[in-house]
Amino acid sequence: MRAPVLRRAYPSLRAPFNIWDFAALALILGVFIVVSHGAHETFAPLKSLAHTPISLDPWRLPEYALRTSLRMIAGMIASLVFTFGYATLAAKSRHAEMVLIPLLDILQSVPVLAFLSITLVWLMGLAPGSVLGAEFASIFTVFTAQAWNMTFSFYQSLKTIPKDLDEVAAAFGLTPWQKFWRLEAPYGAPALIWNMMMSMAGGWFFVTASEAFTVGATNINLPGVGAYIAAANDKQDYAAILWAVATMAATILIFDQLVFRPLVAWAEKFHVELTASSDPPTSWVLDLMRRTRLMARVGRPIGAALRWVASYRPAVALPRAPSLTGAAGRTFDAIWFAVVLILVGFAGKEIVGFVSRELNWREVGHVVLLGFYTLIRVAVLIALASLIWTPVGVWIGLRPKIAERVQPVAQFLAAFPVNLLYGVVVSVIIAGGLNANVFLSPLMILGTQWYILFNVIAGAAAFPTDLKQAAESFGVKGWLWWRTVIGPGILPYFVTGALTASGGAWNAAIVSEVVSWGPHHLRAAGLGAYIADASTAGDVPRVVLGVAVMSAFVVALNRSVWKPLYALAERKYRFD
Amino acid sequence: MPKTPDAQRLLQVEEVRMAYGADGKGPLVLDGVDVAIDEGEIVSLLGRSGCGKSSLLRIIAGLLKPTNGRALWQGVPVNGPNPGVSMVFQSFALFPWLTVDENVELGLEAHRVPAAECAKRASEAIDLIGLGGFESAYPKELSGGMRQRVGFARALVVHPDLLLMDEPFSALDVLTAETMRTDIIDLWIEGRLPIRSILMVTHNIEEAVLMSDRILILSSNPGRIIAEIKITLPHPRNRDDPRFRQQVDDIYGRMTARAPGDKAGERGGGGFPGIGVGMSLPDVSTNELAGLMETLSAYPNGRADLPALAEELNFEVDDLFPIAETLQLLRFAELAEGDIQLTPAGRRFADADLEERKQVFAEHLIAYVPLAALIKRVLDERPNHRARAARFSEELEDFMSEDYAEETLKAVVAWCRFAELFVYDEAEQTFSLEAA
Repeated sequence: MRAPVLRRAYPSLRAPFNIWDFAALALILGVFIVVSHGAHETFAPLKSLAHTPISLDPWRLPEYALRTSLRMIAGMIASLVFTFGYATLAAKSRHAEMVLIPLLDILQSVPVLAFLSITLVWLMGLAPGSVLGAEFASIFTVFTAQAWNMTFSFYQSLKTIPKDLDEVAAAFGLTPWQKFWRLEAPYGAPALIWNMMMSMAGGWFFVTASEAFTVGATNINLPGVGAYIAAANDKQDYAAILWAVATMAATILIFDQLVFRPLVAWAEKFHVELTASSDPPTSWVLDLMRRTRLMARVGRPIGAALRWVASYRPAVALPRAPSLTGAAGRTFDAIWFAVVLILVGFAGKEIVGFVSRELNWREVGHVVLLGFYTLIRVAVLIALASLIWTPVGVWIGLRPKIAERVQPVAQFLAAFPVNLLYGVVVSVIIAGGLNANVFLSPLMILGTQWYILFNVIAGAAAFPTDLKQAAESFGVKGWLWWRTVIGPGILPYFVTGALTASGGAWNAAIVSEVVSWGPHHLRAAGLGAYIADASTAGDVPRVVLGVAVMSAFVVALNRSVWKPLYALAERKYRFD
Repeated sequence: MPKTPDAQRLLQVEEVRMAYGADGKGPLVLDGVDVAIDEGEIVSLLGRSGCGKSSLLRIIAGLLKPTNGRALWQGVPVNGPNPGVSMVFQSFALFPWLTVDENVELGLEAHRVPAAECAKRASEAIDLIGLGGFESAYPKELSGGMRQRVGFARALVVHPDLLLMDEPFSALDVLTAETMRTDIIDLWIEGRLPIRSILMVTHNIEEAVLMSDRILILSSNPGRIIAEIKITLPHPRNRDDPRFRQQVDDIYGRMTARAPGDKAGERGGGGFPGIGVGMSLPDVSTNELAGLMETLSAYPNGRADLPALAEELNFEVDDLFPIAETLQLLRFAELAEGDIQLTPAGRRFADADLEERKQVFAEHLIAYVPLAALIKRVLDERPNHRARAARFSEELEDFMSEDYAEETLKAVVAWCRFAELFVYDEAEQTFSLEAA
């Protein structure tokens, strides 16, 4: 299997921060405030939806799993449409790029559940009194968990299209639409599909969280596996939890086998290297589909139709967008900057007004302090997880036979919703009289530690055999081997894994610093708990404050620690 | 398809000037280039890398807009992709996710040619170019030669008037390249290619003489047309024919001849563009320099004929010239009239042991490579004997594009490392004197 590395893509900016980051942050917060404010005024007396009671009968689980899956699929389709539009615009227009890319970078640092907390009331208002609003909100959560990294990946593919293929498209007169389907979409496909797979794994966690969610007086309770888990946690029903675990496992497995394996195997042909990969990914489903005559018969007209659409050409040639140079270009630049400046200024005014109206600076200080508490947790946990999983990952990665089996398991574990373990953790903490501030922390890393494991496995598996043998023949062993041979070899992979794990841990803080199991409620002091509490209380100003501080922490951490580390690893320790 | 007396003028390039960078204020790539192509001829643009020949081809194809001047296609100015031409790429530029068939049909499908005609024309082109039986294969299943045949079929299927070829054989191995050249020429002579003329870009002198009716030689930095040579040898041409060899030698001579008034002493010695610190240098390794000097020292008088030397070393012009010219810059060799001769210093280097070689090399670097001398002087003058690389690359970028500046600095760093003039820390991107 091609060693898969999950990349969180970053725009290549020279300075760690630039003016556009601040503009982007201001814009996002401004939109949050306007949306939540407007929603409050219009729909404040929105009565909570009639609860559909969730049955803990395991026979209902297949139906719940199906409904949860449908939400995932809807979110995925929305993410794809968003990706194609947003990434293409950012890649093709220099002006759009200046705003869209920093915006995307901030968006991916905003905790996923915060999007839900802030927009829930507004989204429910779109279809008042019906289940549809709640469905919107749940799908929107899935979308916010999936879209950003897909968009980044596609944007980066578009920016790295080989120049000669680009020239072929121009020389043979392909229209932008034809070029998109013939060149750009296929070229971006492998990375995009890989990121879809990663997004999907992350999505399970959030779809379950969003199915039973409360913001003040508004709550969602949608039939699905997530609501089932929440009900089981409420009733302290261990058997139901086990059934939910089995259902999740089966669902993830089915998606993997029926959707993603075939997609990955199919997308192999879009890899640009002209050498056939020695060990291409395979899928029994894809093989079956390719061999069956029926599928071929059904598939051919569909293929022909798609080809026809992809080669659509307007009867009259559309005028090409004029490339502005000289004075006209400068004028357009000036207008563009002015528009952005006005929007940022407006957002800034909203933020200042909002903060002075609803909050005071002491509170801001307090939230920043809570941020540091959570930061300490994340840092300690990432360090611990690295200490444990790096040696394990190396050991596994150097043994291809074992790696082949463990790799999918680790990816599977990464998809596992953390709230399935509330019962176990809370019971242990209560039984042992343990400190919740310390012992709730492992929940944060439970889902995301696997990113470290499977990236390290991938790195060790990709380590060149000749270097391994050279080290062996010179008798390099022990600490020297770790420091000079395998350490540098897996560093780029490790950084990728740790970066993802750290981002995931911040996200998970919201659901793991406050934990309920039946009548027991445990909380740890931290930014995650602050946001969760504010969200449950429907206190939008505090949610926005918490989100802003968390985003700032994540962005600062990414830019000051992960990005330089990543750049170092890329420059110095890559083999190709 | 031989040229007739009343041949139609297909293409006219007038006074084309091309400069890189915003507003065309960067380094000049092409300067005052005029080219005319008539119906029924094969024309080669011969020049070294960096002479702008690929840019010229792209201007003709309408993929690139010249800074000044224009290209006229059948009398009409080219503005946007030129539908009368199609291009064969050096890198093949095939879409890996499309089969041979689909790749070939790309240009037709883009213009919504009806499916039946599309299939008919594709199968004609595929058969013509010798790809029959490979229709459903993907490019990654094919050898380099077969891939380039797909490139040809894709270009021919749209029935262009002028076929543009951008170093079409240079990514192929020697045997495959020769077979393909012969095949193309045979098809051309037999009039079976659905085209009216061919314009080929190449740096391979023998290839140009083998295939063309007319060769246009471009100088480097900036590209100007310095000679036009008609080849009247009948096809099939034989590389061992004395007249063929004579033509090749003649072209070598023209490509190494200095422009009038461009004596070694005045222009810094090499054929390199720019003067003083702003000289753009090629990334040639010291092993290559030493290797060429050793090879030359085995020749009588240390003098060799460049075509013969290239053949002995199995080098192409693009490989050999930068090394030879670097030796000339460092005064280890002299280039003239298609010959290269070692200077006494070059002979001394070839006979010396490693320590002495480093010493001689260092002396010549300081004396003849202004950038090396500058870095050394700055390091000597500064109290801490350290300097950031950016200090020099920024200065270079005043004279040349970012890419060339990087290549130049890289070359000088490698040479100075060999000479042990100073050390360079890649991670910190700083120069320092070793003693410090």
